[in-house]
This record gives sequence, structure tokens and C-alpha cells, in this order.
Amino acid sequence: MATVTRRRHDRSRRLAAATLAVLGVAVLLVPLFARLDQSQVDLHSASLPPGLAHPFGTDEMGRDVLLRVVYGLRVSMLVGLVAAAVSATVGTLVGLAAGTLGGAADRLLMRIVDAFNSVPHLLFGIFIVALFSPGATAVVVSVGLTHWMTAARIVRSEVLTLRSRPFVDAAISMGSGRGRIVLRHFLPHLGPHIALAAVLMVPHAVWHETALSFLGLGLPAHLASLGNMINDGARSLLAGNWWPSLFPGLFVLLPTLAISSLAQHWRDRSNPRRRSELQL
Amino acid sequence: MLRADGVTVSYDRHRVLDRVSVDVPPGVVTGLAGPSGCGKSSLARVLALLLRPAAGRVSVDGTDVRRWRHRAAPALRTRVALIFQQPRLAVDPRFTLLDVITEPLRVARQPLDRAERLAEEMGLTPDLLVRRPHEVSDGQLQRACVARALALRPRYVICDEMTTMLDASTQAHLVARLEDYRRESGAGVLAISHDTELLDRWCGTDSSIRHLERLWTRT
Repeated sequence: MATVTRRRHDRSRRLAAATLAVLGVAVLLVPLFARLDQSQVDLHSASLPPGLAHPFGTDEMGRDVLLRVVYGLRVSMLVGLVAAAVSATVGTLVGLAAGTLGGAADRLLMRIVDAFNSVPHLLFGIFIVALFSPGATAVVVSVGLTHWMTAARIVRSEVLTLRSRPFVDAAISMGSGRGRIVLRHFLPHLGPHIALAAVLMVPHAVWHETALSFLGLGLPAHLASLGNMINDGARSLLAGNWWPSLFPGLFVLLPTLAISSLAQHWRDRSNPRRRSELQL
Repeated sequence: MLRADGVTVSYDRHRVLDRVSVDVPPGVVTGLAGPSGCGKSSLARVLALLLRPAAGRVSVDGTDVRRWRHRAAPALRTRVALIFQQPRLAVDPRFTLLDVITEPLRVARQPLDRAERLAEEMGLTPDLLVRRPHEVSDGQLQRACVARALALRPRYVICDEMTTMLDASTQAHLVARLEDYRRESGAGVLAISHDTELLDRWCGTDSSIRHLERLWTRT
């Protein structure tokens, strides 16, 4: 039984790694070798269903959906990853400070988190975007500054449990200062939790990119991003054309699932329990 | 002399130590016995400067302790080493045994090659040193913890039920190593256990055993 479960874990991990590898190669290489131009408008072949010439069909402007998905994946994943990294970094710093310092500093920081949480974050995001000129940077800053609270809460609660573990007492007794305990003991334990929170942020960040693009505040409309494509595809959905929105949607899902599966595995490995526990 | 004077510790409304005083002189083993729940571990943490008592004073070689935990001066903190009851909880699960032993040396910026000798003295072979806690037994882990505790050559070593979870031969080995260290360095050892037979054997004639129940009401 144990080996079966283990093998299944191994298989899903390999599948996830392979998916990411294929997507990574596609995103890097396809733009170099593509014979078509992703922004080429061809009204004669508009809204073609998936077929041999266009495996994912074409959109209402006659652009090849497969090619645009590859380009869109590139833009959206970059925006999503950077935004998730920004929010995870801000959240980690706040959570670490609150959990490590405790007392009044902790209460103050947590009230700030509550204050940020009480504002509708899309509205707040729009406010931040409005401070910049529309573009990728504005989206990254907006998503990053409105989504760090979850990471802050996760990090704080983890630090609070770590703080009371005897090995932290042992480290203090051996002369370690606060900074060293944070760097040597807290951060390595928090790494997988932070990574998981960041990864789960990625699809959310892509969604925000879509919402902001829809409002004309995100990425420019001609740029193929998964958000823009799902948005454009929604219009042709009314005409019964499912492919221009389904395929970009699938390609939001696929890499996210793959990354979160790998993150799960990493979390298990970096916080080793007894082997018998792992096999349960 | 490591001295606790009239120490009181409460968790919420439950008072575990009420004006307890204990002296740990250098060079001898002091035994401390008492049933579980009587506050032995709390007293150990107070003496290791890890728990601030609600009342009372603690002094290390005449220096009054005014700050606790990471706020206490590292030189004062490292003068008292604490060996925990459960080695599995007392080491970072991500560290290898070698990391466990070298960590205090790194903190104190002392040469790391001493770690290998300490490990050898504790009977830890090189192939064990590269393993992580979940890959070794409780006894092997506790040996690493004792090596860690002795790495900075503390003046006082507090053993809080150090051998309760271990088999007789590991128990004997750890006690023998600590006795070697005590004789060679003149350090004071506070042996805490509910097992009075162990304390009788360990403390022998040149030491005293205190029972915490008797200390309970002493002011």
C-alpha cells in the first residue's frame, strides 16, 4: 500500500515536471521558429474551429489561437510570477517582523493587515494602477501590494509555532541572536510555506491582470496575454465559439497545477518526517 | 556558582515554582529529584536563562541575570548549557548531526574542527554525522545534543531528564562522558530526574541530591 502511494506521488511529480518543461521550452522556442505572426490579422480565416492548419482554431480577427496562447503564456506567467514574488516578499517581511518581535509591534502590524484586508482589493488595485501609466509594471505593483496579507498571516502563525519549539530554545542557549535564529531556523522552515503561498498567488495574479486589462488599466489590448485572450474570447463565446477562451483558460490551469504539485512535494521533502509517516 | 534564589514561576494562574532556591556549585554534580509536574523543567529553563521567573533572582558566578532569552548577553547565556529531555524536539529537523554540533561554534566564531573531536568523544562515527535527525535513533541524537552542549565549554551543564528516553548502555555512556567533562573542566552539573536511583549512582558520595518537593516551601 505504502509503495503504491509513493509511486503515485512520484508519477504526479514527474508529470508536473514534464508539463512545466514542455511549456517552458514552448514559451522559449516557439517564438523563434514560428512561421506565423501572432498579431497577424487575417479576416478571411476568422473564427475557424480547431483543425489541422490551426490546432486551437483562430479568433474573431483570424489570429492563430495556439500561437497567441504561447505568447500569452509568456507575458501572463511573467506578470503573475513577478506579482506573486512581490506579494510574497512583502508578506514575508511583515509576517516575520510581527511573529519575531511580538508584543506591541505584532499588534500594530496585524491591525495594518486588517486595514488592508477591509478595503476591496480590486478597488485598491485600481487606485494603485491609476498612480502609474498602464502597463506590466503597474499590474505587478498593484497585485503585489494588495495581496501580501495572506502570506503575512501564514508566515506570522508559522513563526509563532516555531518560536515555542525547543530547538529555538537550544539555539538561544547556544548564544544565537534574533537575526541568526530568523535566518538559520525560521526562514528555511518558512521557505516551502512561502513558496506555496506564492505559487497559489500566480493564477490569482493572472486573474487580476485580466480584470485590469478589461478595464483598460492593465496590459495593452493588442498584447497577447492569457487575460486579454480570455477576455476577448468571452465575446465570441456568445456566437458559440468556445475555442478562443477555452485554450487560454486551460493554459492558466495547467502550469499552476504543475507548479503547486511540485511545491507540495518540496514542502514534504524539506520538512522530513519519519519515513513511516510519509508512507501513510 | 549558578544560583537561583526564591524563584517563582506561574503558567497563567497555575504556580509551578514557589520561592524555590537552588545552588549549583562548580566542580560537583548536584542532583535534583521530584515527581513529574513539580516544576523541574521550569527550574531548568530558568537556570538556563530561557524563562524569566515572576519573582526571585538568578545569578551566574556572581553576575545577576537581568535580561533573559536572546536579550541576555551571549557570554552569560553560553556559560550555562541545557541538555533537553527529548533530543528529537531539541534539534532543528533540517540540520545534519554535524550542523547540530558545529552551530554553537559558528555562532561563537570558533574553529569548526573541534566538532569532529567532540563527535568522536561522544561515539558518533563520520557516517552518522551527515545524517539528519529523522535518520538516526534517539540515543544517537542525544549524543549529538551532549556534544553540542559541551562545544562552548560551559561552566554549568543542566541535564533535564537527559537519559529518560534512552537505553541503559547509552545512559551509562552519556553519564560517563559528562563526568569526564566535569572532572577535566571543573564544571558544575545539575542532574535533574524523577529517577532517584540514577541520581544516587551518578552523584555518588561527593555530591548532594536535593529533592524538589523538599525545596518547595524553602524561602
